Amino acid sequence: MSVLLNKNTKVLVQGITGRIGNFHAEEMIAYGTNVVAGVTPGKGGTTHLGKPVFNTVKEAVEATGAEATIVFVPAAAAADGIMEAADAGIKYAVSITDGIPAHDMIKVKRYLLRYKKEERLILTGPNCAGTITPGEAMIGIMPGHIYMPGDVGVIGRSGTLGYEAASQMKEEGIGISTSVGIGGDPVNGSSHKDILELFNEDDKTKAVMIIGEIGGPQEAEAAEYVQKNMKKPVVAYIAGLTAPKGRTMGHAGAIVSGKGESAAEKVELLQEAGIHIVPNPSEMGSKMKEVMDKHL
Amino acid sequence: MDIHEYQAKEILSNYDVQILEGKLAVKTSEAVDAFNKIDSDICVVKAQVHSGARGKAGGIILCKTEEEIKIAADKLLGTYLKTIQTGEQGKIIEKLYIESGCDIDREIYLAFVMDRGSQRIVMVASAEGGMSIEELAVEKPDSIKKIEIDPVVGLTSFQAREMSFALELPKEAIAKSVKLLMGCYKAMVELDMNMLEINPLVLTGDKNLIALDAKISFDDNALFRHPNIHALNDNTQKDPREVAASKDDLSYIGLDGDIGCIINGAGLAMASMDMIKYCGGEPANFLDIGGGASPERVGKAFELVLADKNVKAMLVNVYAGINRCDWIAEGLVQVIPKVDLKIPLIVRLSGTNVEEGIKILKESGLPIILADTLKDAAQKAVDAAKQ
Repeated sequence: MSVLLNKNTKVLVQGITGRIGNFHAEEMIAYGTNVVAGVTPGKGGTTHLGKPVFNTVKEAVEATGAEATIVFVPAAAAADGIMEAADAGIKYAVSITDGIPAHDMIKVKRYLLRYKKEERLILTGPNCAGTITPGEAMIGIMPGHIYMPGDVGVIGRSGTLGYEAASQMKEEGIGISTSVGIGGDPVNGSSHKDILELFNEDDKTKAVMIIGEIGGPQEAEAAEYVQKNMKKPVVAYIAGLTAPKGRTMGHAGAIVSGKGESAAEKVELLQEAGIHIVPNPSEMGSKMKEVMDKHL
Repeated sequence: MDIHEYQAKEILSNYDVQILEGKLAVKTSEAVDAFNKIDSDICVVKAQVHSGARGKAGGIILCKTEEEIKIAADKLLGTYLKTIQTGEQGKIIEKLYIESGCDIDREIYLAFVMDRGSQRIVMVASAEGGMSIEELAVEKPDSIKKIEIDPVVGLTSFQAREMSFALELPKEAIAKSVKLLMGCYKAMVELDMNMLEINPLVLTGDKNLIALDAKISFDDNALFRHPNIHALNDNTQKDPREVAASKDDLSYIGLDGDIGCIINGAGLAMASMDMIKYCGGEPANFLDIGGGASPERVGKAFELVLADKNVKAMLVNVYAGINRCDWIAEGLVQVIPKVDLKIPLIVRLSGTNVEEGIKILKESGLPIILADTLKDAAQKAVDAAKQ
């Protein structure tokens, strides 16, 4: 088992004929992802990378039974692409795009509420590296080879820091069940807590690593969930201890604008909730090893 | 993107928000002229800088005569205003806003914010105006009322009424308040604002509501669809290094330490800075060169970081994901001889093709200190900066 994605998941690539979509679709297919089709408005009826291309997501879903999608659509139109996927009955969407206007994302989140929970699209991102179930499939732009299959679930805001965590764990002989990028934007599809809930119910996942950062209330929300409901050990690293207040640190969402949003405050909250804190970013692997040896 | 008070007021006046008569002045003579033209015995000279808490910092001066206006304008123009929000450097005052005085009965706090908890726009207000929201949250938390707005329906009249009554406005002002709140929400959505704050919103003796101050922050990601707003950008209010960086599409933030950082990815950049601190050093900057890390971008990044004369050592930390370490190493080998590097350079590469990348750096003959891990890299940078 894994969460959100496995080797059988039928995946669609929105924007497959674009430069970026094409490049990453190729990588995803090479990794073993079950890519069934692409969507590019105006190119329906053609074939790309050996996959049929459709004009709309709806047509692609009807023809191929696609369940998941990766949305390689430029920022100005990305929200529309996500809503199109939701409307077509897609269950899981990854949005990679950086720079989607926050007001557009507010609308997307509201739009998803049109559907009953069982039928509702789960969105991760935007502004993330995607999701990978090592050894099975990836929907994203990450280097697949650095991830080792195993039983730690990873949730992270940052791409490269997530790679760093995966490498450090691999060094320690620790593999990953699924790694989910939730992205660095202030308004995002899924929170740390949303993904924690999935890992909590996943048989394959024995422990969870959270890679958080400054800004917003989502790490605090995760802490509350862990304290009340989590059945598995959770390890966390929060980036941005040295970040000055009121400055946006690269990610649109990485800004300390209120109480509880600094790294130090988040660390304190997570610690109180019983989460094991990684003291510095070079100990993500060793801390996870220590916790797993002790608790599993 | 932030804008000045006078610009925010001009925008809001198109959305049913009442403002006082005011004029912009970039010279003392213009300030005097404005005073004479404004139909009021009292005027306020307000320094236009991108910061709150200007009053406490001496940036807002009440004047009753031409002579007082002249003194105030001379004192402020061309100087740097240092508030609790600007940092030590302060921000330059190039413009003054001369505004009519006002008969104040009560001051109210009002804001519309992008609330990350509810992932919606939330209207926030307090009958206790004048204080900052941070102060209010500590001193009068019960006075703060928040109403969440459904993005499909928008702000409803009943919500606007609910807020107006909660602010204990006199009945003559309720309809005016509803109109103002609806206007603010419309402006927030139409122009893609991240934050709109009117503090204080004043209730006048004759039961009018007037925006005495206004602060707007726009979503950078949406500026592409608002060229008129984008044109209001004022680079004099920013760190010149950050302005230079943004021209090259690099994300840079200057800090006070002495270890320059060039890193790919915002999260890894923050983590590397944390690691430097953990090893006993101080980062000189945040810099995310993004996923590509092409030789051109690396070159620009070096120029930018080296322009900071406090930098005593340089740390390059790149995780090659879809990129490759050998390409990045080749880029570094091209760039380093061109930038006239006089300080120690520590490089840590990891990810795809790391062995090839390290081999290229070793064989280049360049004085590069190689590091294996994040900790090793940070420690070497800290040691190098101390020497």
